[in-house]
Amino acid sequence: MAEFALPANSKIGKGKTWPTKDGGKKVKRFNVYRWNPDSGETPTVDTYEIDLEACGPMVLDALIKIKNEVDQTLTFRRSCREGICGSCAMNIDGTNTLACTKFIDEVDGDVAIYPLPHMEVVKDLVPDLTRAYAQLSAIEPWLKTASPTPPDKERLQAPEDRKKLDGLYECILCFCCQTSCPSYWWNGERYLGPAILLQAYRWLADSRDEMTGERLDQLEDPFRLYRCHTIMNCSKTCPKGLNPAKAIAEIKKMMLARQA
Amino acid sequence: MKSQNRPLSPHLQIYRWQWTMLYSILHRATGIALGAGTLLLVWWLLALAGGPDAFAAANGFIGSILGQLMLLGWTWALMYHFGNGVRHLVWDAGYGFDLDVARLSGHAMAAISGALTVLIWIVGYATL
Repeated sequence: MAEFALPANSKIGKGKTWPTKDGGKKVKRFNVYRWNPDSGETPTVDTYEIDLEACGPMVLDALIKIKNEVDQTLTFRRSCREGICGSCAMNIDGTNTLACTKFIDEVDGDVAIYPLPHMEVVKDLVPDLTRAYAQLSAIEPWLKTASPTPPDKERLQAPEDRKKLDGLYECILCFCCQTSCPSYWWNGERYLGPAILLQAYRWLADSRDEMTGERLDQLEDPFRLYRCHTIMNCSKTCPKGLNPAKAIAEIKKMMLARQA
Repeated sequence: MKSQNRPLSPHLQIYRWQWTMLYSILHRATGIALGAGTLLLVWWLLALAGGPDAFAAANGFIGSILGQLMLLGWTWALMYHFGNGVRHLVWDAGYGFDLDVARLSGHAMAAISGALTVLIWIVGYATL
């Protein structure tokens, strides 16, 4: 049964405020989720006041500025700062996105920053992604074949078959969609979630893959696939503009087609 | 090492309400309301079988302000659940997933269900 309220150890209290040192002309407040595993305390939201005149345009720029100049204990993942590694996925202004591609100016008022929703928190903005990775490996996201590998060339694919992978292969596995999905919030142990199902469809749709039937067998389950109720939060939030909801619908269609 | 006291990050508490979640939860809520409303229908039919006095009592309640309000809500729930059900049917056929289309179809079903409800009640009262 879905648990709508936060457990007692997850209730969020009021945290510290870190004012700008010397005022500043264009001050914006960043309200950031904090939790320290060593403190023994429940999570808080700290407020950092940042002068945007002395800060880069992206939310990630502000986070890095906070870590460098204000509070070194702030913990978050980041790497490429150009929307391709997926590390800085977090909930900004109420929806999941990448901090590195989200403009500060897009947010009216204070900028609220939380970790990806309904995940175990390792520290501050870092969620534990162990389960999502385990679910990804469960669908065996690689080319699986029965026929012998051609000795002298790669497995070829017609341009029109390759085209079917557009909108699928671009996924960077940031799990913004996965953790935006209420079905995944309530049934994450058994429902694979939009990110994993999009990956599953990426291999189902690949003309070179020869294990389509086995892949569908594995997905044919009331929870793994059919907990998708087409809420569409996944497609709405994807920072790469992909459409996991459509990919899941295509899997459901394949399930029907093979019964006919 | 797995820490036992790791908090759960906030979800419903912080996620921005938007048309995606709104129309989805409305579909479920109207479904539940229709289930509850069917009890009213069953009561009315049982009263019909129960004789003139029972039927008069049931009809009296349904004709009261409260009964009428419940029927109005039930009418809208039926229209919305039906309309959004068609939206789901189209999705299940693989169409209408572009965000612009999905948003428009959601707004359209909300508007159409409201309009149909008003129309049904106008026709209902006109033919009384």
